[in-house]
Amino acid sequence: MTDYLQTVDWSRAQFALTAIYHWLFVPLTLGLGFLVAIMETQYVRTGDAFWKRTTKFWMRLFGINFAIGVATGIILEFEFGTNWSNYSHFVGDIFGAPLAIEGIMAFFMESTFIAVMFFGWDKVSKRFHLAATWLTAVGANLSAVWILVANSWMQYPAGCTFNLDTVRNEMTSFWEVALSPVAVNKFLHTVTSSYTLAALFVVGVSAWYLLRGRERRMATASIAVASAFGLVFSLVTALTGDRSGAVVARVQPMKLAAMEALYRGEKGAPLTVVGLLRPHPVNGEAFYFSVDIPKMLSMMSFRDPDAYVPGIYDLVDGNPEHGILPTAEKIERGRRAVAELARYRTALDEGDEATQREIRALFDPATPQGEEFLREYFAYFGYGYLETPGQIVPHVPTLFYSFRVMVGAGSLFILILALVWWFNRRGDLDRRRWLLRASIACVPLAYAASQAGWILAELGRQPWAIQDMMPVSVAASKIPSGSVAVTFFLFLALFTALLAAEVSIMTRQIKLGPNDKE
Amino acid sequence: MDTLTFLQHYWWLLVSLLGALLVFLLFVQGGQALIYCLGKSDEERNLLVNSLGRKWELTFTTLVTFGGAFFASFPLFYSTSFGGAFYVWMAILVCFVLQAVAYEYRRKPANILGEKTFTAFLLINGLMGPLLLGTAVSTLFTGAPFTVDRLNLAAGAGGQTVISQWATPWHGLDAVGNLHNLALGLAVAFLSMTLACQYFLNNLDDATLAERARRRMIPAAALFVVCFVGWLVRLLFLTGYTADPATGRIAPEAYKYWHNLVAMPYVAVVLLAGVALVLWSICRGARGKRDAIWAGGSGTILAVAALLLLAGWNNTAYYPSTADMQSSLTIRNSSSSLFTLRVMSWVSLLIPFVAAYIGYAWRAINRRPLSREELREGGHQY
Repeated sequence: MTDYLQTVDWSRAQFALTAIYHWLFVPLTLGLGFLVAIMETQYVRTGDAFWKRTTKFWMRLFGINFAIGVATGIILEFEFGTNWSNYSHFVGDIFGAPLAIEGIMAFFMESTFIAVMFFGWDKVSKRFHLAATWLTAVGANLSAVWILVANSWMQYPAGCTFNLDTVRNEMTSFWEVALSPVAVNKFLHTVTSSYTLAALFVVGVSAWYLLRGRERRMATASIAVASAFGLVFSLVTALTGDRSGAVVARVQPMKLAAMEALYRGEKGAPLTVVGLLRPHPVNGEAFYFSVDIPKMLSMMSFRDPDAYVPGIYDLVDGNPEHGILPTAEKIERGRRAVAELARYRTALDEGDEATQREIRALFDPATPQGEEFLREYFAYFGYGYLETPGQIVPHVPTLFYSFRVMVGAGSLFILILALVWWFNRRGDLDRRRWLLRASIACVPLAYAASQAGWILAELGRQPWAIQDMMPVSVAASKIPSGSVAVTFFLFLALFTALLAAEVSIMTRQIKLGPNDKE
Repeated sequence: MDTLTFLQHYWWLLVSLLGALLVFLLFVQGGQALIYCLGKSDEERNLLVNSLGRKWELTFTTLVTFGGAFFASFPLFYSTSFGGAFYVWMAILVCFVLQAVAYEYRRKPANILGEKTFTAFLLINGLMGPLLLGTAVSTLFTGAPFTVDRLNLAAGAGGQTVISQWATPWHGLDAVGNLHNLALGLAVAFLSMTLACQYFLNNLDDATLAERARRRMIPAAALFVVCFVGWLVRLLFLTGYTADPATGRIAPEAYKYWHNLVAMPYVAVVLLAGVALVLWSICRGARGKRDAIWAGGSGTILAVAALLLLAGWNNTAYYPSTADMQSSLTIRNSSSSLFTLRVMSWVSLLIPFVAAYIGYAWRAINRRPLSREELREGGHQY
């Protein structure tokens, strides 16, 4: 392996590390911000000091979590430049805009009003303070909008065209980027699952108080708010998840096939509920055993129980019957597109204007030959950097199991939240100790499910940095691999130490409860 | 001037203003660097930290937005500088990571790293943040050893496909070895301490700390003036790179930045006004006046914005390459497309609204200076 490819691997590891750590804190911020705002609204509406005390307790936990989310977030933005410089050039014209909008629209709102939220209790009016709390939550969620738009574009690069002069992709439609079906679904699915996680956090902490016989009023009131909030959004998460699956089937069929371990495509494909994967498929059979629901995968993917769902072999080897091009052919076409770039470079170096004109016409969508070249060859540009067709297959077991962790846990959360809401409403939740214990167990499970969702989304996109357009193997910066390895371990040590401090502080604050003097 | 050229200049202006605002807000870092100099007891240090703690998020956000705006408007700079000067940018990022948690965790019970560790994090960020940022910004004038070849992508699988490459193995550490860069780094560090003292004069209701801040400001300001004047005079004698507006070809030009001042007298006026305001703020601060920070802050914003305009406007290469002159970056050859700049410009119309609510919230929180009594009363504290 060359040093550059080692750099690519270390850069992937570093980005994954920072993203995983960052995502440990963001979902709680997204959801808890709104829960705190709802509680403070109760305080302002009723004037009851109990709600102020409750709000301040959860706000303190929000602050502890928020700080480390900010710390891990700054690295992610700058890593696009430090570790992925080719990527930053090739698609910076499109990808940079959401990041800048995030800063202008969301970060300033968040950082301005969070100061009022924490320090303004006795300095501003009740209503201004309440507005600041809501705006902090809105700011955090607006931030999620733009970063998820950016991420969605990597999964489904819409609204852009290639410019030969600048050798990069350029935006042609802001709304196609911002409102692509992937972006809309990803945003809805991600934030609603985050609201569910935050609700489970509040329910879990409150359940701990009930089990200890402490803070009964605060615990039941918090559970009333959080379980209703969580139940609604866990149901919405399921709906948006279903919609996301249908979108993935259309725009990233390999991701779908890999997460279902579907090697041979079929009409009326079944959905595997659970299964144990073989290390390697035998004659296309992936499982030692599995429990399937007939036709469900076709139904969920294409809303048709008899629809054809392509498998991994179809996507790698091609399937003429269903109009699927073999990957080897895509690689050839991609190489032709890359070769035209090389020819253009030579023509520029030699001052060969005739060849320059010829190639310019090829990359011009307004000319007939350009329209054909862009559709038939340049559409596979990223494939031109692959060595073998098998490279387009992501790691099947990781995707298969992470999907099941996410969906299984999500289904359990709906049940738990519904039960908690119901028994709390009846006023006998503290007698259901098994349910209180289950609620506490759901807190780490919610984090695991949330991480599993991102593992599925990001590993499922491999080998691409940008789907079909740029593989990770040409997206990185040219830095010695040893340097990236050093920063990887530096961040690993730093983030782990900070996480340990965060968990310790958070646990102590929960044990101290709302009576602790700040 | 065609629309694309106009928008390139407009976005360079916005990036310059964001950079200038960031340098002003680095007073938070300056204050962190002075924690032990000004605070002689735990209570005094807590007062200082809590005074700064109500503003640290704004500095942090401005840094992130500065990066985002640079990425969106001049992506080739983002990929070239960040991907090349790897060590310097990573060092900057690490010291800002340390800051982000330090305020919130410093005095929380069960903080396993201990209060002193997080105070040390604040100190590291306070000393290194402005120094490294100032040094990195100076490379916009002195340049860096990089090459850019967009068609490297044509090398295909297994080839040398990286577009922006660093020509030395130092990956940014070379900037620290340049005395001219270091002079700006030190100037920014001392300026941030000067502004921090002015901020404390304004934001603290504490005679002891105010007097200490006043006395500490004087040597910090003197060192700032020495470093800044030295850097500025050297800059005016520097050979810069100029781009031919017709062909884009880049050529060296002696006294380029002096010529830029002459060619853009309005920038010279802004620069002089900024410098005069900063000097005025030092005089006000030395007399213990609470309003010094406003003159110091606005002067910093004007002066830094003017300097960044000198770097990018008037067909200047704002990131000169010392390895290959034609690889140097100008606002013309490194900007986003017309479409993207246009979209971003619509978004930029939100900036006055954002500035207005920041100002409103700042006033609301700062109406009453922070005192020891307020800390003793309780409430959320760092």
